[in-house]
Amino acid sequence: MAADYVALLPAAQMLVAAIVVLVLDLFTPADEKGVLVWTSLAGLALSAWVALRFRGAEGAFGNTLLLDGFAVFFILVFAVVAALTILMSVQYVRESGIREGEFYVLILLSAVGMIIMASANDLILFFIGLETMSIAVYVLAGMWRSRAESAESAMKYFLIGAFATGFFLYGIALIYGATGSTHLDRIAEALGGPQAALLLTAGVFLVLVGLAFKVAAAPFHFWVPDVYDGAPTPVTAFMAVAVKAAAFAGWARIFLHQWEPLRDEWTPAVKALAILTMTLGNVLAVTQSSVKRMLAYSSIAHAGYLMIALVAGGEVGAQALLFYVVSYAAMTLGAFAVVAALKADDREGAAYADFAGLGYRKPFLAMAMSLFMLSLAGFPPLAGFTGKFYLFRAAVAAGHTDLAVIGVLNSLVSVFYYLRVILMMYMQEGGVEAKSFRGAPYLYAAVGFTAVATVYLGILPTGALYASLGAIASLR
Amino acid sequence: MQAPIEYYLVLSAVLFAIGVAGVVIRRDVIVILMSIELMLNAVNLTFIAFSRFMGSVEGQVIVFFVMTVAAAEAVVGLAIVISVFRFRQTLDPRDMQLLKW
Repeated sequence: MAADYVALLPAAQMLVAAIVVLVLDLFTPADEKGVLVWTSLAGLALSAWVALRFRGAEGAFGNTLLLDGFAVFFILVFAVVAALTILMSVQYVRESGIREGEFYVLILLSAVGMIIMASANDLILFFIGLETMSIAVYVLAGMWRSRAESAESAMKYFLIGAFATGFFLYGIALIYGATGSTHLDRIAEALGGPQAALLLTAGVFLVLVGLAFKVAAAPFHFWVPDVYDGAPTPVTAFMAVAVKAAAFAGWARIFLHQWEPLRDEWTPAVKALAILTMTLGNVLAVTQSSVKRMLAYSSIAHAGYLMIALVAGGEVGAQALLFYVVSYAAMTLGAFAVVAALKADDREGAAYADFAGLGYRKPFLAMAMSLFMLSLAGFPPLAGFTGKFYLFRAAVAAGHTDLAVIGVLNSLVSVFYYLRVILMMYMQEGGVEAKSFRGAPYLYAAVGFTAVATVYLGILPTGALYASLGAIASLR
Repeated sequence: MQAPIEYYLVLSAVLFAIGVAGVVIRRDVIVILMSIELMLNAVNLTFIAFSRFMGSVEGQVIVFFVMTVAAAEAVVGLAIVISVFRFRQTLDPRDMQLLKW
């Protein structure tokens, strides 16, 4: 077995970047912390470049860590999402008295975990990636230490996360017992032969439950609104987008690809979860009075849409899944960035009433927010529409027309609460003062980038669709 | 003579169930943390039992990983508990009502 560690490089590079920022933080005076932002961004860019440069390299550690096109696709997604999260948090972090350097370091560290999750071809390695990511994000949720809500959010996230870890791990143990390995290739080989069916089924379902907790699928979603509401807004965005994307990356590689032979066993369960998740997420989002909580429920609903792609399966389903992950990342990050812009010293400014009159005071922010809301609701020609189109098309092509119908009905419900935000911004007066461009240039850059991406992915989705297809085709 | 593997599996399943019940029922964050540790250790027992009966060392190596992760998790968990306690002087999850479920 040749020792080829090239596949490990993107994660290793990210880890080095995290350590560099951590050490640099010690030697940077308080008013020059901007250099940490640029160092973090450079680290992320370098990691993305390394991933692209060595795409298709031989798997490391006996093929347990792969750098195939699929992993590279997700590494790029994580790098961009982490970069945007850092951009939108610069002013937020300074105002809240959060230790800046450590904040960026934790984001980079959780990105290391995500990269491992997307590259892992072994359940234990996947588990280690999952934990590396989760532990960093638990801390991030509690970073606003002068705020009781933040601590409470971290506590709830930690307890639920650790609980879910237990299930996930027990599932791995049972699968190990049934097939004699945790290596996904070897498990897939064992699936062909005789096996302990009961152990295997139980293991698969426990792993499913563990992942369902992470992507916030109903009925394992109850922690989401509280945790998302209490955490600092940029962290919420990071949790809603990057953590979910990482969990879906694992879901795609493990369930869609390696456990294809077991489809008939897990598909009905995932289908039921998808329907429940979409419906609950959308119905409960209607009742919220805070935009941040509404976005939390909306992220649950979108997890449901993404699960449609898992049920549909095959190349078409997986392609729709990857494309929707990217579209969802653009519009959700943007929406949370606008919420972060409304924060004033100690207030979150995330209620619907706080958005009133934003269209007159900050036309750019209001216009961008309108774009994100319309895109989340699925209006053409924005990213959300194109993504949903491919999702529902995949569902119909796979013979799950009922899922597509329920998905469309759910989108109709969602229009109500997304448009309410736009209504508040343009039809009402009052509300809070948002950050100006001069005061928060990084944040405006993040909003601008996500707004352009939302429109671009809607009008010219071809590039991203081909990239998704290439990523799926590279799974062996 | 060796005990059959079923004994180990049943024991670890029972331990895991006790851990889950503890998380769901108990009203003290520290006890909930202990219950989570119990769940993880039940899993460790399963790994070791399988590893021994299949004669593969893989399962035992995994246990080391799990223990390391559990230790890291406990550190972060207790730190979070302390930061909550500074605001609240109680560890009963029912009192954590700032964010409504």
